[in-house]
Amino acid sequence: MHKKVLTKTLYHGFMILISLTMVYPFIWSGISSFKKIEQLYNGNPLSLIPNPFTIENYQRLFEVLPFGRFTLNSMYLSVCIPIAMIAVASLSAYALTRLEFPGRNLIFFAFIATMMIPSHVVLIPNYRTIVDMHLYNTFFALFLTSMFTSSNAFNIFFFRQFFLTIPKDLESAGIIDGCSYFTIFFRIILPNSQPAIATTAILSFRTVWNQFLWPMIVINDYNKMTLTVGLKYLKEWEQNWAVLLSGASLSIIPIVIVFLIFQKQFMSTTLSSGFGGK
Amino acid sequence: MRLKSFQQKSGIKKQEAKVGWLFISPALIGFSIFTYGSIIRSCFYSLTEWDLLTKPAFIGLKNYITVFSDPYFYQYMGNTLFFVVTLVPIVMVVSLLLALLINVHSKLKGVGNIYRTALFLPSITSTVAISMVWLWIFNPDMGLINNFLFSMGFTEVPQWLASTTWSKPALVIMRVWQMSGYYMIMFLAGLQTIPLSLYEASEVDGATKAQQFWSITIPMLSNMFFIVAILLIIEAFNMFESVFIMTSGGPLGSTSTIMYYIYEKAFRYYEMGYASALAWVFFIVILCITLIQYKFRHEQTGE
Repeated sequence: MHKKVLTKTLYHGFMILISLTMVYPFIWSGISSFKKIEQLYNGNPLSLIPNPFTIENYQRLFEVLPFGRFTLNSMYLSVCIPIAMIAVASLSAYALTRLEFPGRNLIFFAFIATMMIPSHVVLIPNYRTIVDMHLYNTFFALFLTSMFTSSNAFNIFFFRQFFLTIPKDLESAGIIDGCSYFTIFFRIILPNSQPAIATTAILSFRTVWNQFLWPMIVINDYNKMTLTVGLKYLKEWEQNWAVLLSGASLSIIPIVIVFLIFQKQFMSTTLSSGFGGK
Repeated sequence: MRLKSFQQKSGIKKQEAKVGWLFISPALIGFSIFTYGSIIRSCFYSLTEWDLLTKPAFIGLKNYITVFSDPYFYQYMGNTLFFVVTLVPIVMVVSLLLALLINVHSKLKGVGNIYRTALFLPSITSTVAISMVWLWIFNPDMGLINNFLFSMGFTEVPQWLASTTWSKPALVIMRVWQMSGYYMIMFLAGLQTIPLSLYEASEVDGATKAQQFWSITIPMLSNMFFIVAILLIIEAFNMFESVFIMTSGGPLGSTSTIMYYIYEKAFRYYEMGYASALAWVFFIVILCITLIQYKFRHEQTGE
């Protein structure tokens, strides 16, 4: 009995230590963003109490760059881009699963094959395409590449796998009633695909929120920038580390909140993410 | 009558095919422009000299020849491989250990969940934001790590990102911290598919915990090891954001990866042709390694 208590204490002690290691940088940067720069430079860096407590780092942050705007842009894009991606992916997957037409398997294979192509191969041509289409510095640049490159090919694959599990009988009723295919898709298939929609939405949300290289290349107008890209410019423009930490904290907090709300879904999507999720 | 129904049927078929093409067309058109077309154009650009402003000038295989005689290519490929051979085994071992630790007390609903959430947290946040925080953690004079070392009594501390010896290990530490939770979840799922009866049966036969681990847990996870290895190798090869924010490839190119080199060549020096050639060489390297893995796996399982 005594031994059992000991191993339990050891176990929890160790787990708490590891958990703290994982969480500490977040807590520390969050708290340090309320410290004065003097404390950050001269005080004990391990201290977790801002003394004096100040919000001037955040005031400065919003002065240097339009971080409010960045936050709104990030929120808008990480909600709307996944919706657009899902619209394209689910419609294509429906056609690839339920509608018969010549060349169907070939097309499916062609989509799947793109999952092998790393994004850096298409980076330069896509940049050129965006410039030629006069979409440089627009949100369209971000929408289009998300919708039509390998990460959405993964979504097509994922939706197809899911649609295969929906019984055909569900649609037969609709077909007999003379509904159009689009009505069937919209009224019968989509409402029955909530788990697949949730998974792809969460995966895509995370990808879009954290996306860096592509938005950095195609957007250089501060009004259209996302938080992640904004941080890069903040690092170039600002020397005060307390302000940099407040910027980093600001971009971390929203996704952490979303994560804490949808924890279960986040963790279960890890498994389905497979090859295309990252 | 039969003819009519046949006509009707083929009419429905035709209608179905039409709708099928209609539904697939947005994706097909989009992918043709942003993926298939881009792959072909990237191939073409790699055979040209092109600075974005003028028209691409065809120069044949010259870019590829330059890649293989470019000392930076070899240095940065070396760096990239360093990250791959350190990150892949370390993250694998760490994430497996974490999964085992969590799994030991899988009955602990409340506390167990808190541990799991804490361990998973670093993997959902953006590498860019996290890199900013770690930049400060690694600060030689004021950072957390060195102050911790000072308080432990060390007087000689690593200069981390400012030193050519410690810059790579620093990035590895940060990435292990960030990535492990994600793969932990994968291993955890793998562990939970192992039937308990296997352990019970071996216990009856008098197997020790260590024997159980090596002859039940590890072999039963082989599928998961394979998936994790493939994902991890690709992720390690593509290391870019942490390098971009934390070191810009420095000091003295000691942390520059091929991805960072491609970015630099393309969007800092506007050598688009050369960058495209680099991208293709890099793609072939990753592809070969992935295929070798599949082959290795194939021989192992005999499937």
